[in-house]
Amino acid sequence: MSTYETLANFAQTWGLLYFVLIFAGVLAYTFWPTNKKRFDDAAQMPLRED
Amino acid sequence: MAHTAKRLSLEEGLFAGFLTALAFACLVIAGKAVDGVMAFHAGIGLLFSAIGVFLIFNSYFKRPADAVESGYNLGPIKFGAIAAVFWGIAGFLVGDIIAWQLTFPVLNFDLEWTSFGRLRPLHTSAVIFAFGGNVLLATSFYVVQRTSHARLAGRIAPWFVILGYNAFIVIAGTGYLLGATQSKEYAEPEWYADLWLTIVWVAYLLVFLATLWRRKEPHIYVANWFYLAFIVTIAMLHIGNNLSIPVSIFGIKSYQVFSGVQDAMVQWWYGHNAVGFFLTAGFLAIMYYFIPKRAERPVYSYRLSIVHFWALIFIYIWAGPHHLHYTALPDWAQTLGMTFSVILWMPSWGGMINGLMTLSGAWDKLRTDPVLRMMVVSVAFYGMSTFEGPLMSVKAVNSLSHYTDWTIGHVHSGALGWVGYISFGAIYCLIPWLWNRKSLYSTKLVEWHFWISTLGIVLYITSMWVSGIMQGLMWRAYDKLGFLEYSFIETVEAMHPFYMIRAIGGLMFVTGAVIMAYNIWMTIRVGEKAEQDAADPALVPAE
Repeated sequence: MSTYETLANFAQTWGLLYFVLIFAGVLAYTFWPTNKKRFDDAAQMPLRED
Repeated sequence: MAHTAKRLSLEEGLFAGFLTALAFACLVIAGKAVDGVMAFHAGIGLLFSAIGVFLIFNSYFKRPADAVESGYNLGPIKFGAIAAVFWGIAGFLVGDIIAWQLTFPVLNFDLEWTSFGRLRPLHTSAVIFAFGGNVLLATSFYVVQRTSHARLAGRIAPWFVILGYNAFIVIAGTGYLLGATQSKEYAEPEWYADLWLTIVWVAYLLVFLATLWRRKEPHIYVANWFYLAFIVTIAMLHIGNNLSIPVSIFGIKSYQVFSGVQDAMVQWWYGHNAVGFFLTAGFLAIMYYFIPKRAERPVYSYRLSIVHFWALIFIYIWAGPHHLHYTALPDWAQTLGMTFSVILWMPSWGGMINGLMTLSGAWDKLRTDPVLRMMVVSVAFYGMSTFEGPLMSVKAVNSLSHYTDWTIGHVHSGALGWVGYISFGAIYCLIPWLWNRKSLYSTKLVEWHFWISTLGIVLYITSMWVSGIMQGLMWRAYDKLGFLEYSFIETVEAMHPFYMIRAIGGLMFVTGAVIMAYNIWMTIRVGEKAEQDAADPALVPAE
């Protein structure tokens, strides 16, 4: 198999899986119900200064 | 003088010791230098290190024995804000000079020091690293303190970072004029300047991390995530792209460890991510702090900002190969770069929408507050140039746009529109906050700055679109016998009027920046001017 095919196969399988998993993890963290209060609170941080 | 138990702190001792050692090293190198530029730069290094040691001991003798610092540390931020304005004007001016040189080559003056080849890197480094870099250093030191409710870590270290960074700028800039370059775009400084920047950058990372470590807020605000991504990634890119071996430690010349297409790939991995992490992630941090602050509205969606962050940093790092379409770079790598560039459109526009929608409920402020308007227009330019970029990375489009002025126009819609305007907005916010002024000296002058520069940017971008697409089409025009329709010089002649328009647009942008400098100077000297404008009485900007 040529280097091109090896690398293309790797990118199209494991690379894709890697990105999908990372993205799923980010979405889970973002939309996890218990995190909602923390994020709503964080949005106010620049406005809540002494 | 009474005998107090005053002792040199570990930090003072380490920095003083390091700078003393550096001063001696510079002295030896200056004495044994094999070329004039190295002797000159070692001399500058000796001078700056000696000044550093003097400043450390001067502050030591002045401070009380048990110096307990409270409040926020604003000194280095003030220096960075002023330095940004100074380098900004210098960089814009050199940019406009080279725009006139392209229009009228006689302006090269037939001198090596003023030739386009030397002034061009001076322009790019001055605007990106000197202007943009000082804006990022100043705002990051401000934002990390305010959103962490903690004082900046270290007493000497933040000063070492900001002064050391500006020393790097002086070494790099004078080097270009004297002909010292390693011929890597946006990474021209030679090995010794690169080493110095590495030391400064590691200190920057440590100061930033240590300040976050001290935070009294449980959550790290999203702007700090973007700053941290910018600092860490720039460290990685800088080291990766500058792996070179000097011929002698007493001379400026060095050789890259990579060669051929590998070198090209590393260079554009660096080059594109300098855009992605220096000119985008860092300035997005500014967007996420200064727009909510100025509009007095929370971020439109904090959740979107989290997805924006992770998507942006994971995708940007792969886009570099689009700079090498139709070169010796393997096809799969070119396609990979193109694909990631197109995907990048999504997080970019997510971020743009998040910035713009932060104004919901406060849109009326755009009428009265030109500073907020500047930042909003900046985000609009961000949206426009992050749409144009992926488009140009598509191979078919790139075959027309590459090596033409279209690229130059694209870069400047991002640089003048996005980076420039978000920086001006941040500086206009910061100056009254830092110097305890109620507001800027004159809001009217901000209006002038805004309109003159905006017109200048429009002239710049539109002329480069026309010139670039025309140039690309002329290059690929064949007559019916299969010969090239135009010679190269015919394309140059055809572009002349557009070069004129571009240089005029640039001059307007410089003019706007000079107005800003005057306004800032007066804000610091006298504070707010009472503006009698009956038609528009509500000019008090939000604080």
